[in-house]
Amino acid sequence: MARIGRRKLLQLSGAGAIAARTGGIAAILASGNAPAHAQGTTVHWLRWNDFVPTSDAVLRNQIIPACAKDLGITLNIEMINGNDIQARTTAAIQSGTGPDVICALNNWPQLYAESVADVSDVAEKIGKAQGGFYNESTVVANNGKKWLGVPWCVVGAENAYRKSWFEAVGYNKFPETWDEYRDAGKKLKAKGQPIGQAMGHSFGDPPTFFYPYLWSWGGMEVDKGGKTVMLDSKATVESVKYWTAFWKDCCDEGGLAWDDSSNNRAFLSGTISSTLNGASIYLLAKREPDKYQTEKGAPLWQDILHGVLPKGPAGAFAYHLPMTNMLMGYSKQQDAAKKFLAWMTSKPVYQTWFDSQGGYSVGATTIWEQEPVWDKDPVMLPYRRAARAGHFPGYVGPADRYAAEVLSKYIIIDMYAKAVQGMAAEDAVKWATGEVKKIHA
Amino acid sequence: MAISDVVTQRAFVRAPQRGATTRLLEDERWLAAALLLPTIVLLGLFIAYPFAEGVWLSVTDARVGVPGTFVGLANFEALWDDSIFGTAVWNTFVYTAVATVFKLALGLWLALLLNRNFRGKAFTRAFILLPFIIPTVLSTFAWKWMFDPTFSVINWTLFQFGLIHSRINWLGDPALALISVIIVNVWRGVPFYAISLLAGLQTINPELEEAAAIDGARPWQRFWHVTWPLLLPVTMVVVLFSVIQTFADFQLVYVLTGGGPANATQLFATYAYQIGIGTGLLSQGAAISLAMFPFLLIIVVVQLLYIRRVEVH
Repeated sequence: MARIGRRKLLQLSGAGAIAARTGGIAAILASGNAPAHAQGTTVHWLRWNDFVPTSDAVLRNQIIPACAKDLGITLNIEMINGNDIQARTTAAIQSGTGPDVICALNNWPQLYAESVADVSDVAEKIGKAQGGFYNESTVVANNGKKWLGVPWCVVGAENAYRKSWFEAVGYNKFPETWDEYRDAGKKLKAKGQPIGQAMGHSFGDPPTFFYPYLWSWGGMEVDKGGKTVMLDSKATVESVKYWTAFWKDCCDEGGLAWDDSSNNRAFLSGTISSTLNGASIYLLAKREPDKYQTEKGAPLWQDILHGVLPKGPAGAFAYHLPMTNMLMGYSKQQDAAKKFLAWMTSKPVYQTWFDSQGGYSVGATTIWEQEPVWDKDPVMLPYRRAARAGHFPGYVGPADRYAAEVLSKYIIIDMYAKAVQGMAAEDAVKWATGEVKKIHA
Repeated sequence: MAISDVVTQRAFVRAPQRGATTRLLEDERWLAAALLLPTIVLLGLFIAYPFAEGVWLSVTDARVGVPGTFVGLANFEALWDDSIFGTAVWNTFVYTAVATVFKLALGLWLALLLNRNFRGKAFTRAFILLPFIIPTVLSTFAWKWMFDPTFSVINWTLFQFGLIHSRINWLGDPALALISVIIVNVWRGVPFYAISLLAGLQTINPELEEAAAIDGARPWQRFWHVTWPLLLPVTMVVVLFSVIQTFADFQLVYVLTGGGPANATQLFATYAYQIGIGTGLLSQGAAISLAMFPFLLIIVVVQLLYIRRVEVH
C-alpha cells in the first residue's frame, strides 16, 4: 500500500475540500463561470462611516454588485470612524500595503502628496464632463503639479437652528451679522436655549466654524503667497475678544469638550437653539419624527431651518468639508482602481449615492446643483450652492501642507479656546502666531 | 548450546548514534543559547527593532511616505521651543503622579479588605477585576457618556440630590478635564493594584501578625510594622509597572478628550500621535515619543535601586 505522508494528505484533503465546495471541475465547467478568484481584481476602498447611514447601505447593497457587474471588479468597502482614517493611511503608506483607494477628508491629500498616484487623467475628465470642480475641492486635491485624488464631495456646513425659538426672540430669519447673532444668542441663553458650538479637537465642526469666523473679521494665517505669517493682527485680536464675549453671552459652555457628534445630540435633545453642522441633524430628525420631537410634541424637523454663517467686518465666509478619493501609490491595482474611480464618479453611478445623501453633501462638481433633490425640500436649499462660497484653511494663501499642519494641530481652534478659558486675547493670538510661525519656519 | 548459537542469538547492538546537534546541545552553553534564541528573536523583532527605528526616525526629517534625511537633533531642539510639548510634559507628570498615588492608596485598601474572610469572597474578588477586564476603549466610551456636558449621569445624580445647581463641565473645563481623565485612569488601574497586592498579602505568614497581636500591637501598628515592610517589595514592583503604563497612556485620553480642550489633557503619547499620525510628521512624532525615554529611565532606575535596597534589608 502506498504510504501517504503528512504533506500528501494535506494536498489531497485540500483538493477534496475545494472540489466538495465548488462541485468540482465539472461544476465549474457547467456554470460557464470562472471561479471567483479568477474573475477579476479586488479594489479595497476605505472611507468614513457616513453621517447618513442610508448612504453606507447604498454602497454595500447597490454599488458593490454594480461594480462587479459593470467592471468585473470585486469592491471591498471598509468604513471606519472619520477620526481614524489618518492613522490607517499613515500605517498603510509606511508599510506599503493597505486600501487601494482612501477617501480623505479636508486637505489630507496634501500631506500624502508623495505617496499617492497621479490621477490627473481621471479627475480632469470628470471635471470637464460635470461642469468643473468647486474651488475648495480643487485646492485640496491638486498641488499645482498633479491631481492627488479625485474630488468626491463637499459636506456643507450651515447653521441648523430652531425656527420657533428664534422667532420668539424677534428673529424671523437667521441673523445676518455677528452682532445680530449675539443679540439673539443672549436672549436665547437667558431662556435656557443657548447656541451650541463645538470647540474640541475634532476634524469637522470646530474648524468649519472657526476658520470662517476668523476670515469674517479679516484675520488670516498667512499672506496670499503663503510665505508670511499674518495671524497676529488687529483683526484677529478683535475676533478673539468678540468670541470670548459671545461665548459667555450666548453659548453652551459644554462645547469646549464637544466633538462632531456632540452638538448633533445636544440639538436633537432640545438643549441648544443653533449649531453649525452638516444637514445630518435635520435629515435624522426628518427620518425619525416620532423619536425627535419639540417640547410641544410636534416633529422636531418641522421646527428646523438652516442659515449661513453671519458676516463680520470683512464679510461672510464659509468652509465646507471636502472629501477626496486618493489612489494610493503602493496599490498593485492601479489600473483597476483608476477604472473604479472613473466609474464611481461618473454621473449615473454617482447619482445613486448622491440621491441617498438627501442633500447632506453636494457633489464636488457643479452639475449636482441642478438635481431635483434641492426642489423637493426648501429647508435644504442653503446647502445647494454652499460649496461655491467655500474657502479652505490657509486662505488667502494656499491650502498646502503647512496649512494642513496648522489645521491638524487645531491651532486656530485652540487660540479661541484658550481665550474662552481666560487667556488674554492678545496672548492667545501671540501663542497661535508663534505656533503657526514654527510650522512655516 | 553451542557458542556459535549464543553469538547468533545475542548479536551486538550498537548504541544509537547521537547526531551532531544533540552532541552540541549537551554543552550547556549552547543549550542555553538555543533556549534563549526564541526570546531574543521576539524581543529584537518587537522591541529592539521598533526602538532603533524610532531613534533613527527622530534624527531625520521623515514625513509619511518620505524617508527623510539625517538632521541631527533638530527635532529635539524644535520640541524645546514647543509650548504644546511643554504642556504635554507637565500634564504627563501630573497625570502619572496623581493617578499612581490614588491607585496605590485605593488598591492597598481594597487588597486589605479582600484579604479578610467574608461570605462571597471569591465572587467579590472576581467582580472588582471588571474595570481591568473590560477593553479600555469600551469602558472609556462609557465614561465619556458619564462626563458628557449635556447628558452626564453624574451631573444628573448630583443635581437630583441637590448637591449642585448648575452642571459641572467635566471635560470642557481645563482643570476638570485633567481631573476627569485621572479619575478614569484610577478607576481602571485600582483592580491591578488590588489583586497584585492581595497576592503579596497572601504570601505573608499570618503567624507574624498573630505574634505581634499577642505582644499587644494594635491593628495599625501591626500593619505599619509587620505587614507593610513585608509587602513593600511587591508594592514597589507593582508601582513600577503602573508608572510605566500610566506615563505612556494613550487610549484613555484619546477617547475621552483627544488632548483637548486646548491641549489641557495632552500627554506625551497623544501629542506624539497628533504630530506623527495626524500631521504626518513621523520624525517629530518619534522625537516626542523618545523624549519620554529619559524620564521613564530615571524613574525606573530609581525604583529598581529602591527595590534592591528594600530586598537587601
